[in-house]
Amino acid sequence: MALLQISEPGQSAAPHQHRLAVGIDLGTTNSLVATVRSGSPAVLADENGEPVVPSVVHYGSDASVSVGAKAAALAIVDPLNCISSVKRLMGKSLQETRELTGLVNTLSDSTDESGEMQVPRIVTAGGNVTAVEVSSRILEALKLRAEEALGGELVGAVVTVPAYFDDAQRQATKDSARMAGLHVLRLLNEPTAAAIAYGLDRQMEAEGSIVAIYDLGGGTFDVSLLRMNRGVFEVLATAGDTALGGDDIDREIVDWICSNGEIAASDPSTMRRLLEAAKSAKEQLSSAQTAAIKLNLNDEKTIELELNRTDFEQMIEPLIKRTLAPCRRVLRDAGVDKSEVTAVVMVGGSTRVPLVRQQTGEFFQRDVLTDINPDEVVAIGAAIQADILAGNKPDSDMLLLDVIPLSLGIETMGGLAEKVIQRNTTIPIARAQEFTTYKDGQTAMALHVVQGEREMVSDCRSLARFELRDIPPMVAGKARIQVVFQVDADGLLTVSAIERESGVVASIDVKPSYGLSDNEIETMLRDSMENASDDMQSRKLAEQRVEAERVIEALDAAMQQDADEFLDADEKSQLLSLRSGLQDTIDSGSAAEIKNAVEMLEKGSSEYVERRMNASVRRMMAGQSVNEIEEKLAD
Amino acid sequence: MQVDLTSNYFELFGLPVGFDVDLQRLQSRYQELQKVLHPDNFAAASDAEKRWSMQAAATLNDAQATLKKPLARATYLLRMNDVDLDTETDTQMSPQFLMCQMELRERMEDISSKADPYSEVESVRAEISELTSETSAQFAGSFSSNDFAVARDFARQWQFLDKLARETDDIEAALDEA
Repeated sequence: MALLQISEPGQSAAPHQHRLAVGIDLGTTNSLVATVRSGSPAVLADENGEPVVPSVVHYGSDASVSVGAKAAALAIVDPLNCISSVKRLMGKSLQETRELTGLVNTLSDSTDESGEMQVPRIVTAGGNVTAVEVSSRILEALKLRAEEALGGELVGAVVTVPAYFDDAQRQATKDSARMAGLHVLRLLNEPTAAAIAYGLDRQMEAEGSIVAIYDLGGGTFDVSLLRMNRGVFEVLATAGDTALGGDDIDREIVDWICSNGEIAASDPSTMRRLLEAAKSAKEQLSSAQTAAIKLNLNDEKTIELELNRTDFEQMIEPLIKRTLAPCRRVLRDAGVDKSEVTAVVMVGGSTRVPLVRQQTGEFFQRDVLTDINPDEVVAIGAAIQADILAGNKPDSDMLLLDVIPLSLGIETMGGLAEKVIQRNTTIPIARAQEFTTYKDGQTAMALHVVQGEREMVSDCRSLARFELRDIPPMVAGKARIQVVFQVDADGLLTVSAIERESGVVASIDVKPSYGLSDNEIETMLRDSMENASDDMQSRKLAEQRVEAERVIEALDAAMQQDADEFLDADEKSQLLSLRSGLQDTIDSGSAAEIKNAVEMLEKGSSEYVERRMNASVRRMMAGQSVNEIEEKLAD
Repeated sequence: MQVDLTSNYFELFGLPVGFDVDLQRLQSRYQELQKVLHPDNFAAASDAEKRWSMQAAATLNDAQATLKKPLARATYLLRMNDVDLDTETDTQMSPQFLMCQMELRERMEDISSKADPYSEVESVRAEISELTSETSAQFAGSFSSNDFAVARDFARQWQFLDKLARETDDIEAALDEA
């Protein structure tokens, strides 16, 4: 497992059993879970054969929580305690949440003790809840469905996010998975997931084709341009709008119903009814020319209207036009001409609207592909990726190269944002920037990190404020503080800092602008576990033991191979003593003690890992040049 | 944790050091290496290995982006020869180039008031692109004859042109979104 022999990718020391992993499409309106079974990916349905879980959570006054269809059914009778489209709230500030249109729930006014954290909380009969918690309920339900269907515990999940999600939205998604007890193997961009499903299904990658993925979901829009070539999926550019989707189409229809049916501003329950009617009209108009709208309102008033397709298309055309600007932008960012695009794939339920297909087809001047169910394609792609990441396909040749959707910058003088990492840079990526002190003896420094394309910080999204401490005191301008901005394969940012003159690593306090701090998540986790049985404790212990044995086994295998090559006697004995320390805790220690010992051993062996990895890459590259010489000789 | 792959980016991809780069070869080498080093291969590995892989993949991405884009490659080559562009501190430019840059800027400012702004964008873009090819050729010439001081001047002009090209893209994007 650990300490893989990197010159032989994917080959694990021993054959292992199939590890259960799933792909999860956590959608605005609907969510799905899929897995690869006997080599083919499939969405997991419930006992009635229903693949889709509506992304709705209901909190009852008796502390009951229901998710999915059950919750959706309660939406009309108890709209205030029912939360739908929670994805639109992920990673948003209180202010932004207040400004969202069509939110029927009540937001809590109370701030916490510090009064600073701006995590919005929704008031429900079951208590105040954050978007991350609501989302984690949906993930829990999907996890449960998968574990029941597959008959075992999951090793992990690939969870999809809109490509255009910023760092705060991604972090919130990952936090909600953590809260649901799901190990996230990777956050995968939705259009990229769809590309995997299509690419592998249709052998589209054969000739280095360039594919546009147009993904219009319930609440988000993404467009990505990928080059596919023999198992390599390379995202060239991505663009989108995280506040544009089918929900907006529904609201247009609601407005139309209200003005034509003479309905004034309405209560939450009527609003739900209106939305239901709008959704149904929209769906009818995907195939029919007219849709009959009939609904009974609370005051016994019955509304009967007919909406024809021409009027419908006229009212939604501005929305669809809004999706074309990002389409133009990805082409420009990728330096690709429309004529070079070889396929256009439609993803997301909203691409069932005929006008969406027509306008996209006209824009790209080609027919659009709709042959994989647009609701399921993202979950299918995620399942394929999860299967590979879990290690079930050791000979997989797939390589996914994704990009960061929005530029990352730091605030400089005068409120200007200086870009550190440009949008559409391939991830993972690290960029270093050097700063100095401006006062004698200065030991701390603040950094404000923002995400967005605009010049002024106030027009970008604030991600976090970092405070660097423990800078050794020096004369002004002498310190050389190197700050490294690192974006990992999930698209998540971490910042580290070191003072180069002294080599002192500055400690960093992160204050996320919107998200939950680590402490808050820990507290929520603890709260949710308090009710859990001892079961939980013993399960945790068992898990830690397995983990510890795995780590020891990997270390033994590595040391047997090359301890003498990479470690001197002192280092070796140090490592062995950490190893026996861990061995001792396995039998007698608590879960926390074992975890701690595992961490100590991993930390202690990191230098060793580093040396052997570097050496093994060098060996590999040396091997390559040998091959090259052979090639040349053959010519 | 330190990722120590090679002494320079060219060596990493087995390419000869120089301004001319076989882009296809760069791409295929990059992908071969990434297939082994990418974090997706280490999803189940220890934290130390994950970290190492992330840094190795980040280095690879940076190397590939640097060698792929001609201007970034030029800057990198100069730096390998201890020549820095000092963009922040050195603002000296030939008067001739400054004139030409000013004219372009004026045209860019007027784009949005044109009857057909898109064709004006195209025309400005074409001119920048022509100037860029000239400048990059001049860079290549002086660099290959080891005249780094002159190469540096051309690289700096090129940098200005590159900035203008990006701004032209932004103007077009603003037109799209208007």
